[in-house]
Amino acid sequence: MADGVAKSGDTLGALGRGALRSFERTGRAGLFLLRVLKSIPAVLARPWLIVQQLYSVGVLTIVIVLVAGAFVGMVLGLQGYNILVRFNSEASLGTFVGLTLVRELGPVVTALLFAGRAGSALTAELGLMKATEQFPALEMMAVDPYKRVLAPRMLAGFIAMPFLAGIFSAVGIMGGYVIGVDLLGVDAGTFWSQMQKAVDFHEDMMTGFWKSLAFGFAATWIALFEGYDSVPTSEGVGRATTQSVVHSSLAVLGLNFILTAFLLETNA
Amino acid sequence: MNADQSSPSAPPATGPDVLISIRGLHFRRGDRVIFDGVDMDIRRGAVTAIMGPSGTGKTTLLKLISAQLPPDAGTIHVEGRNIHGLSDDELFEQRKRMGMLFQSGALLTDLSVFENVAYPLREHTKLPESMIRQLVLTKLHAVGLRGAAGLMPAELSGGMARRVALARAIALDPILIMYDEPFSGQDPISVGVLAKLIKSMNDNLGLSSIIVSHDVAETSAISDYVYVIAEGRIMDHGTSSQLGATRSEWTRQFLDGLPDGPVHFHYPAREYAADLFGD
Repeated sequence: MADGVAKSGDTLGALGRGALRSFERTGRAGLFLLRVLKSIPAVLARPWLIVQQLYSVGVLTIVIVLVAGAFVGMVLGLQGYNILVRFNSEASLGTFVGLTLVRELGPVVTALLFAGRAGSALTAELGLMKATEQFPALEMMAVDPYKRVLAPRMLAGFIAMPFLAGIFSAVGIMGGYVIGVDLLGVDAGTFWSQMQKAVDFHEDMMTGFWKSLAFGFAATWIALFEGYDSVPTSEGVGRATTQSVVHSSLAVLGLNFILTAFLLETNA
Repeated sequence: MNADQSSPSAPPATGPDVLISIRGLHFRRGDRVIFDGVDMDIRRGAVTAIMGPSGTGKTTLLKLISAQLPPDAGTIHVEGRNIHGLSDDELFEQRKRMGMLFQSGALLTDLSVFENVAYPLREHTKLPESMIRQLVLTKLHAVGLRGAAGLMPAELSGGMARRVALARAIALDPILIMYDEPFSGQDPISVGVLAKLIKSMNDNLGLSSIIVSHDVAETSAISDYVYVIAEGRIMDHGTSSQLGATRSEWTRQFLDGLPDGPVHFHYPAREYAADLFGD
């Protein structure tokens, strides 16, 4: 009896300590974000720092976005045609592909790819910088790592994501076109005119744009924090990189639901 | 000479020859006490060694002096100013006058040797490129690595990386350089070269140096004053010759590397036989 009570107490204690650690870490992540945001004005005076990071988080992610976008678009073309043809509505394939990519899959899948490629690279880079004492070395050279290292990466991730999502959607639409029109025989004029008629700039394209901005912000914040807050050992950096991808992916999916509900309500 | 620590409330030492004055320093990590009321003065123009067994907080002391860590209590005055009372901007200004050589070198791995040394100059000065090149080559020449300017950090040996880090640390002509275990993991030639370099730069450039090390022979040879720390306090201090004549059993054991004495080799544990065969 006494043993059971003691065990329950231990379990409750462990749960409590775990919850406290989570709250403490969330608070630390919030303070980290505030410091990064506070450092952004200083970075704007040195735009080449942002350009360098745009190359590493944006340009180097383009290939994976192009390939993934083409395949996703082709699958949409195939699946869409097979569903729509049952209702004699294959002429609406352009609408189906366009709306699906611009409103949902473009921003979401791009953000997941971003978290897996650019986000993990950011976390590993920062973790290794921490493990090799490069942050204290910068501080000892009177260089603020927030201004020199973190804020340029934050801005680059934020800026790059809408462009990447736009590229993903464009290539996906081309993929859907190739399958629907060239392979399955949907009329090209119908494909484009249906898409043009159904996809609204403000309601649909801007929905995708706002989502990609939010995902870029969240995924970059998580990647930077996980790297900067990592345990400075090889195991710690590895764990931080995994956590970065997992947390970013979950945050993107959760955020997508909230934003979809909010934007649908706003546009209604 | 045994430690004679003043009270924690004692005022910081002043005077033109005192660069750093530490009073009543307390610091702990979790439940473990690292410093328990340490008082220490670092003289200008001198090479001061901080020695002690591993894990006694020597590197932590450097981090406290450079305000990378805040103390739990006590004060650290650098050039007469409480370094932990400075604003961020004031702290960064102060750090331009302090260099630190990290144990790993801490070179920026995406920059070449030349760019690593040029980094603080590019960040804090508006010097023309030609002058930056001259300054960088001068600093690299001082550490014997002018020929390695084009190499990347991954292409350097441990000793070379530390010498590049040293060139970077003196790029802004600081008044103080702190060396964190400069000799650990180095071959005898590198140890000799680094020791000579530290002493000659200190004397020729008019620097003040703090060396954290447990390499007794090399560090004592180039130090003007030595503090031996352990168990959260200063166990002994004095010049190398004063420490050589110490009657402290603890200091004797540390300096001579004796296995038996007040410092135990074994981490605290229950009785050996009981551990092996059970109670």
